[in-house]
Amino acid sequence: MITANLSLTDATTRIDGPLLFAHRRVDVGLNEAVEVTGSDGHPRLGRIAALDDELMTVEILESTSGLGLRGTRIRFFGEPISFSLGPGILGRVFDGVGRVIDGGPPIATRSRMPVDGAVLNPIRRKKPEDFIETGVSTIDVLNSLVRGQKLPIFSGGGLPHNRLAIEIALHARLRAGQETTETQSPFAIVFAGIGVPFETAEFFRRSLEESGALGRTALFLNLASDSSTQRLLAPRFALTAAEYLAFVEGRHVLVIITDFTNYCEALREVSASHGEIPGRKGYPGYMYSDLATLYERAGSLQGKPGTLTQLPILTMPSDDISHPIPDLTGYITEGQITLNRSLDREGIYPPVGVLPSLSRLMKDGIGPGFTHPDHPALANQLYASYARATQVRLLANVVGSDGLTPDDRRMLTFGQQFEQRFIRQEKARSLEESMNEGWSLLRQLPIGELSRLNDQQIDTYIHGSD
Amino acid sequence: MSTATIHWISGPVLRAVSNDTFHIREAVWVGSKGLLGEVVRLKALPESGQELTVQVFEDTTGLRPGDPVQGQGAALSVRLGPGLLGQIFDGLLRPLTGGEERNFLAPGQQPQSDQHFPFQPLVETGRILKGGEPFGLIRAATDTPPRDGLEQQCLVPPTLQGEVVSIAEAGLYSDRAPLCTLQESDGRQHTLAMSHSWPVRTPRPVAERLTIGPPLLTGQRILDCLFPVARGGKATVPGGFGTGKTVLLETIAKWCNADVIIYLGCGERGNEMAGVLDEFPHLEDPRSGRPLMERMVVIANTSNMPVAAREASIYTGVTVAEYFRDQGLHVALMADSTSRWAEALREVSGRLGELPGEGGYPAYLSTRLADFYERAARVQTLSGKGGSVTLIGAVSPPSSDFSEPVTTHTKRYVRNFWALDRKRAHARFYPAIDPLTSYSEDASVLASWWHARGNPNWAAQRRRFLTVLEEQARLERMAMILGKDALPPQQQLVLLVAGLINEGFLRQSAFSSKDRAASPQKQNRMMAILDRFMDLAEQAVANGMSIEQIQTLPLLRRVQRMGEEIGEEELELFTQLEEGMEKAFR
Ligand SMILES: Nc1ncnc2c1ncn2[C@@H]1O[C@H](COP(=O)(O)OP(=O)(O)OP(=O)(O)O)[C@@H](O)[C@H]1O
Ligand SMILES: [Mg+2]
Repeated sequence: MITANLSLTDATTRIDGPLLFAHRRVDVGLNEAVEVTGSDGHPRLGRIAALDDELMTVEILESTSGLGLRGTRIRFFGEPISFSLGPGILGRVFDGVGRVIDGGPPIATRSRMPVDGAVLNPIRRKKPEDFIETGVSTIDVLNSLVRGQKLPIFSGGGLPHNRLAIEIALHARLRAGQETTETQSPFAIVFAGIGVPFETAEFFRRSLEESGALGRTALFLNLASDSSTQRLLAPRFALTAAEYLAFVEGRHVLVIITDFTNYCEALREVSASHGEIPGRKGYPGYMYSDLATLYERAGSLQGKPGTLTQLPILTMPSDDISHPIPDLTGYITEGQITLNRSLDREGIYPPVGVLPSLSRLMKDGIGPGFTHPDHPALANQLYASYARATQVRLLANVVGSDGLTPDDRRMLTFGQQFEQRFIRQEKARSLEESMNEGWSLLRQLPIGELSRLNDQQIDTYIHGSD
Repeated sequence: MSTATIHWISGPVLRAVSNDTFHIREAVWVGSKGLLGEVVRLKALPESGQELTVQVFEDTTGLRPGDPVQGQGAALSVRLGPGLLGQIFDGLLRPLTGGEERNFLAPGQQPQSDQHFPFQPLVETGRILKGGEPFGLIRAATDTPPRDGLEQQCLVPPTLQGEVVSIAEAGLYSDRAPLCTLQESDGRQHTLAMSHSWPVRTPRPVAERLTIGPPLLTGQRILDCLFPVARGGKATVPGGFGTGKTVLLETIAKWCNADVIIYLGCGERGNEMAGVLDEFPHLEDPRSGRPLMERMVVIANTSNMPVAAREASIYTGVTVAEYFRDQGLHVALMADSTSRWAEALREVSGRLGELPGEGGYPAYLSTRLADFYERAARVQTLSGKGGSVTLIGAVSPPSSDFSEPVTTHTKRYVRNFWALDRKRAHARFYPAIDPLTSYSEDASVLASWWHARGNPNWAAQRRRFLTVLEEQARLERMAMILGKDALPPQQQLVLLVAGLINEGFLRQSAFSSKDRAASPQKQNRMMAILDRFMDLAEQAVANGMSIEQIQTLPLLRRVQRMGEEIGEEELELFTQLEEGMEKAFR
């Protein structure tokens, strides 16, 4: 048999959905990349999905329309699907499978990396603990983001998640005095639009351009009009580029991927076309593992300067957080920022639904030595009080505020103030500004309601500034 | 050794043909890299030979028809020995080690350096040894200072026995070096090393299973006092994402009174494993004063590692637990999360074309769960010692729906159910265990232990707390209709007291250095204070004191925060608190 990196013409025996069957006249290995070109001259990326003594099964990862049994050429790469990367990728625009689409020259290759990535050895991971200030109070004080974290935005159709993501990307910085030589490495953004409308892609591109950040950004665009099979590759190409920037070039990379819901829809579609047994709501049973192979590609390595932080965006179908897409995502990511429709209706921006939001890595990046010693207690107390206010509001909705005790009425006011003064913000705030706002809200409450604070904190922050 | 040749492959499943003999569940090496796999199906071929279906535990990229498959002659096994403690392994118990060159994991066999340990013989030639009996200790010779921490034994593998015909002298040996030779009555000889291998899917034999008990103390009040688990017992922690399963399991791993902890990260996050490795070596075991890591074995099969290995990892974990139990130790195994294991089972089953049952899981899900949890036990070991394995498994129900198959089947086999509540978690009330839907069947067995250890009223107080909490739920529903003001003072008092039990007793931050773990003494004191508070307040209300008056007692804040404010070395402060309380109500 002939070895790889060759091509085969007219070996195809059957095309069925995304699968192409061909005589195995070439010695290929499982999962290796191929390029299938039809008589239309259009190349399509594929991979070897199965092999037996006579036949090979090629999974075509782009549209199969136009392919025929005759005149189809298969080229073999002898390696898994890989991406050629080099310093030139910043400032460039790619399609979902890493082809340059901005009319510029091809990328000069420095590294060729398989797009499926490799598993980060858990013992080589560095514990993420560099606090990133995003300028958003509900994130900085209550759900802090740290470098190397994967923190998705759970949103809904029509909510301002794109605006929030871009604001975070552009504002994100370490706080003054936090920099060490290691944290000073250059910064880069990788943006991947998966199945997004052209306007969304354009919104991101323009915002990055206006702020001057486009030169530090690699953009990957799989538009709504592109094939859905390609959607499955887009985040993989984008994350491979991000890994290159982080671990080869040593940069701090922030990856924004939107919209993971489109990714999951594509996964469902492709799984159905393979005739697989559908799981919950028709999504394949392996969706958890599949998403994990993407989300887990965040982090940092011991002894290496770069970090890879993920800020994926997904829109919850019917705003339902228990839908499989947000549900499985929440089980993998290190927390979530949830946007809330009723806050948005009230005109509160950013409409962060505080209670269902969480940052799991927050505890490692805040408090003494990281932000401020009072930060954990403040966050804790704000959460406890707002949760109580929300409960009182429920009660008040039923029995009216007359049925409430005086303490409960104060909680009700606290809840409103919290939303109007803390969640809502006109412009970015420094962490200190955000914290001051938080303390001033707590000062309205009776001491009996502040059980998460110790006496010293009460003296300093509640009585101290009267 | 039997060999076969691949003739079909797709994903992690392959078929190979062979003229040699293979067995179901036999471990195999696949391809030139020696990927680990397991035979799952055998079929005779029409002419001659057989076709085997193999499930590969690693990434199969690059494999092709014609590549070799080599039988290992034994079921999937792990090597059990002194090198386990303090280390981290993948789901097949291969050490995750290495420097920068292993930043990313590559499939296949990794070269392993030999580890050496100090050995001391315990037997002389001529002695008859049964399976499971120790023939030596892992301990430095008497002229060097004895090794601190846990003393490990070298066991005769449970299936072997015979007369000692040779035994090595004390000294430093590799864990695979032959140290002892046994001769059976029929003349067959077995050479023993410090370590031996054992098939993971086979429970290790014991002399006798004993009834469970005493409690596995976790230092978590809501567990120890309301929903305790016994040594040798089993518990499950179901909860939606972010409700605190991992933190709870890690906290128990840190502070529970087991001798050895097996922490199994099954299909969860890489950063969490990094966190464990970062934190545990710096924490001190309150009992031995040694780093906590020294009594731990971490098994990490993160969500992005191959799924088939995740299926095996749970058996790997429990086998390691049994190995330490067989040395007469008390072992606790935390599995986070058994749902990911069940999903792996489902995925592998789907690939093999088996008929899906409920929720897509194979029909044998329930049996497999039962098999796993049955391996929890308090036992008399083959060598006559007492040991135990306690199993605690997290469950991650899709959409937090506790009626899904993994939760419901697990519930059938465990006796203790610690349900995490999303509402509590949202309010950052941790541990977010819901006292109303959780239960402990072990509690009745354990009451006498507490009664003998400083709290004769444990069972009564426990019942009182649970009753108040239940009453609270009922009254809150009523308040929703009538308004809180409309409730009579006695009922308002129940609400107040329930709030106090929650804030002052059940809430316990895993990250508070004073309160992360409470000793039984501290728990007793706190229970007693709340119990007394209820007596005094009920009396006061009966005598006409108003709820507002009670609510504004400065003392209330002290009770709310007593867990966080009173440390283990100042328990006498509870006496002051008690005195203050008596005064306040006088
Ligand atoms: N006992 C606790 N004390 C203090 N904080 C806690 C406690 N339990 C949980 N938390 C907080 O809740 C967050 C989420 O907890 P955790 O990671 O254990 O959730 P989980 O149930 O394991 O979620 P998942 O299923 O997604 O893995 C933690 O990062 C921590 O901030
Ligand atoms: Mg967890």
